[in-house]
Amino acid sequence: MAAVRAYFNNIWIALTTVAVGMKITFKHLFVPAVTLQYPDVKLKLPERARNRLYVNIDDCIGCDQCSMVCPVDCIIIETIKSTPDQDLGTTSTGHKKRLHVPVFDIDIAKCCYCGLCVYPCPTECIVMTDVYEFSEFDRNRLIYSFSIMTPQDIELAKEKLKKAEEEAAAKKAAATAAAAKAVQPSGAQALKPASPEPGTPEQPGNS
Amino acid sequence: MNGSKTLLTSYVSQPGEIKTSSGKTLRTDEMIINMGPQHPSTHGVLRLEIVVDGEIIVDVIPHIGYLHRCFEKHAEHMTNYQQVIPYADRMDYVAAMNMEQGYAVAMERMLKIEVPERVEYIRVIMAELQRIASHLVAVGTFGIDAGAFTPFLYAFHDRERILDLFEMTCGARLLYNYVWVGGLSHDLPPQFIDKAKEFCKYYRPRIKEFNDLLTYNEIFVKRTANVGVLPKDVAINYACSGPMLRASGVNWDLRRDDPYSVYDRFEWEPQVGKGEMGTVGDTWDRHIVRMREIEQSVNIIEQALAGIPEGNVQAAIPKRIRPERGEIYARTEAPRGEIGYYIVSDGSTTPFRVKARSPAFVNLSVLPEISRGAMLADLVLIAAGVDIVLGEVDR
Amino acid sequence: MEALENLGVWGSILIAVVWSALPIVFILLYALVTLYAEMKIAAHIQDRLAYMRTGWHGTLQPFADILKLLQKEDTISSAADRKLFRLAPYVVFMGTYGAFSAIPFSSIYIGSNIDLGVFFIVAVSSLVVVGILMGGWASNNKWSIFGAMRSAAQMVSYEIPTALAILIAVMITGSLNLQDVTKFQEGGIHNWVVFGGPLPLTQKLLLIPFTLVTFIILFIASLAEVNRTPFDLPEAESELVQGFNTEYSGMRFAMFYLAEYANMFLVSAVTVALFLGGWTSPFGSFLSGPVWGLFWFIGKCLLLVFLQIWIRWTLPRLRVDQLMYTSWKVLTPFLFVCIFGVGLILVL
Repeated sequence: MAAVRAYFNNIWIALTTVAVGMKITFKHLFVPAVTLQYPDVKLKLPERARNRLYVNIDDCIGCDQCSMVCPVDCIIIETIKSTPDQDLGTTSTGHKKRLHVPVFDIDIAKCCYCGLCVYPCPTECIVMTDVYEFSEFDRNRLIYSFSIMTPQDIELAKEKLKKAEEEAAAKKAAATAAAAKAVQPSGAQALKPASPEPGTPEQPGNS
Repeated sequence: MNGSKTLLTSYVSQPGEIKTSSGKTLRTDEMIINMGPQHPSTHGVLRLEIVVDGEIIVDVIPHIGYLHRCFEKHAEHMTNYQQVIPYADRMDYVAAMNMEQGYAVAMERMLKIEVPERVEYIRVIMAELQRIASHLVAVGTFGIDAGAFTPFLYAFHDRERILDLFEMTCGARLLYNYVWVGGLSHDLPPQFIDKAKEFCKYYRPRIKEFNDLLTYNEIFVKRTANVGVLPKDVAINYACSGPMLRASGVNWDLRRDDPYSVYDRFEWEPQVGKGEMGTVGDTWDRHIVRMREIEQSVNIIEQALAGIPEGNVQAAIPKRIRPERGEIYARTEAPRGEIGYYIVSDGSTTPFRVKARSPAFVNLSVLPEISRGAMLADLVLIAAGVDIVLGEVDR
Repeated sequence: MEALENLGVWGSILIAVVWSALPIVFILLYALVTLYAEMKIAAHIQDRLAYMRTGWHGTLQPFADILKLLQKEDTISSAADRKLFRLAPYVVFMGTYGAFSAIPFSSIYIGSNIDLGVFFIVAVSSLVVVGILMGGWASNNKWSIFGAMRSAAQMVSYEIPTALAILIAVMITGSLNLQDVTKFQEGGIHNWVVFGGPLPLTQKLLLIPFTLVTFIILFIASLAEVNRTPFDLPEAESELVQGFNTEYSGMRFAMFYLAEYANMFLVSAVTVALFLGGWTSPFGSFLSGPVWGLFWFIGKCLLLVFLQIWIRWTLPRLRVDQLMYTSWKVLTPFLFVCIFGVGLILVL
């Protein structure tokens, strides 16, 4: 008897739950659709949206923080030191620029949009914009070069650096030569041992 | 007696044989079917090699590794412990906040950092929102595998609102890089609390509608009750965790039993399967445990939103993370189960070893055990009930 | 018809060809409309929009789909049985289309007014099973074989409830000829068989519960005949890729699809003709006539097709053994009780 009742109960439950389900879907026929007709209508992104990177190269001081912190190594930065006679100016945040940035490449195809590069930048020059429609047909076009130095500028900067380094090297060589010469003639004065300071152990050959 | 017995047995076939009327035996072969890496129903690139006898399954051999992306190797080459967080996101991309939280909890225990209260509350809110979103994916795709295409879209409609909340806070919808070691990357935007309260109010009736449409539908119940029963002791022996374990009747939830963060301040209950529509531990139980966990998560979120304190979310983020030599294993409750991070440090700023114990990998190992003897149509539902995400299984 | 006999042999052959080609024209147009309607209804049930870009709100999309299917590469796997593979879609379509000849679209149009009407329809539409088995076997693909086996089992076992339900309607109306059955229900909605038929009031009231149950069971069995959810295991997308359809692409796939939609219309047409009054108007003599008859018939059939679409997008699917259980242990016993009851009431 229980089996018969279970049998009819099953059928009744099946019919009622099916009816409940059908009522829900019928009600939804009259709910307006939630689809946005992209690309005619575009969704407005919130202000913190993380999409394509943008670098304001005028503000970049070449500190390399963003490149070091990127987990996928998609930022490539090369810098050339500037000589004291060059004035690269200051950034909009007040930092003095001391490095030329000839190469600032971001491979946006590798970028994982984590946003880690944005936080360490001292001048806040690298930001994530809300641009998400930047597909290209050629993969090489996805390597964005932000540097604005022309090849002549780069050559000039390298030359200046080389000259400055050579001068510095020459000066250093002259200084060591002068120091060596200064040692030679007045040998007696040179061999005068320095008076040991109170508390320090006397070490042989301390000149 | 013996004679009649041989007479009977000569007309009775053994499994795998057919006896013809003349007494000859024909062997029926078992068929080996490949539910290949590309299949509409395996949730990701999983290859299931199924040995079937007609429609009854004899054995299932899962082949994984199609989505292996060397998470652990990448972590060894990072210059900074914070850089591992984007990689941890991408392991289980459906439950990224929980993955990040697990890593942050492990690192904070290792560095002995105490994070501000506000950070803990916000982490709880985000983790529970993410739990709802992940369970919605699980039950939606479960419906599709059973043939009901509509509840999936209702689930995703609600999930959109959660992802909008996330996008408002940290800028990304799926892979957030939000929970950092020692704090968070952004504080909540001003309109977050109101929008989150609105979402909770909007969502409660939708849970009921979803249950009416799918969970209590007799056809669905008949498909999933008594299917893929996972007994209690088998579940514990296989180290299952999360809804799979709780559906088998084991009342074990890491948020309560291995406490981390501030879950002890809220009123909520871990949901356990009771075998209402069949046996304890069948596929329907796993489904209803997930639906009930969604309700509990909404409760937790509402309580957290009501009591969130003020503070600076970035106060405790260390400038330079250089742990002492040592190791730690810390586990948290992800939507799929227990996510554990085993971190070994050699005293430098680069991690020496980061191993992730992923819940889906361990839960998947029990699939052959529970699907022997089921029909082929059931295997799809059993695999869907385990709720695997291949990113996590393969890391 | 009498005037046209004067045209001679060739004339009459031409007339016969045009007369019998009308249903196929109708099927093609109806398939386009139903393709579009199914996707749009499914979309609005799911709170989304379907086609919107081709034509106004996507109305030209079915043409685009047909064009796409026409220009696809015709691939046959090397290990497949070529003859059977090529033949299968046409056998399936023939099984459906052959039955269209006995459907009364209107008081003046019925393909062939045979006395065996419904019997003929049930017999010819069983060819579909043969076609599906051919398609599944010839594909030489394990998934296709699964789908074909399941489908054969399903369709054969749901022939029983279909035939029994038709039997009940035939018992009440007294004829197997669908045109006669429809004429029997003339006079308004109260004369439809689903509400007891044009019989004396006491008999009618006693019959109504039985006819209502029979109508519902016929509808469910017809869902299984056309392989629609909740009975669409043969083409269960999530499990078997596409069931017996897996290896088919391009125009052959379109043929299977066309056959499925035609089958949907066929079973709806049989249900409408037997239970819902065919081409008669529900208002009696108001809005009736040959052309209005066509409108009412197609309207009622489309209503049943809408019901089939609505059910498809709501319910999950049944497993094979549950399907068999439903057919043999639920639908058939209920129908036996109904036959007994209807017979008793008609005799007394």
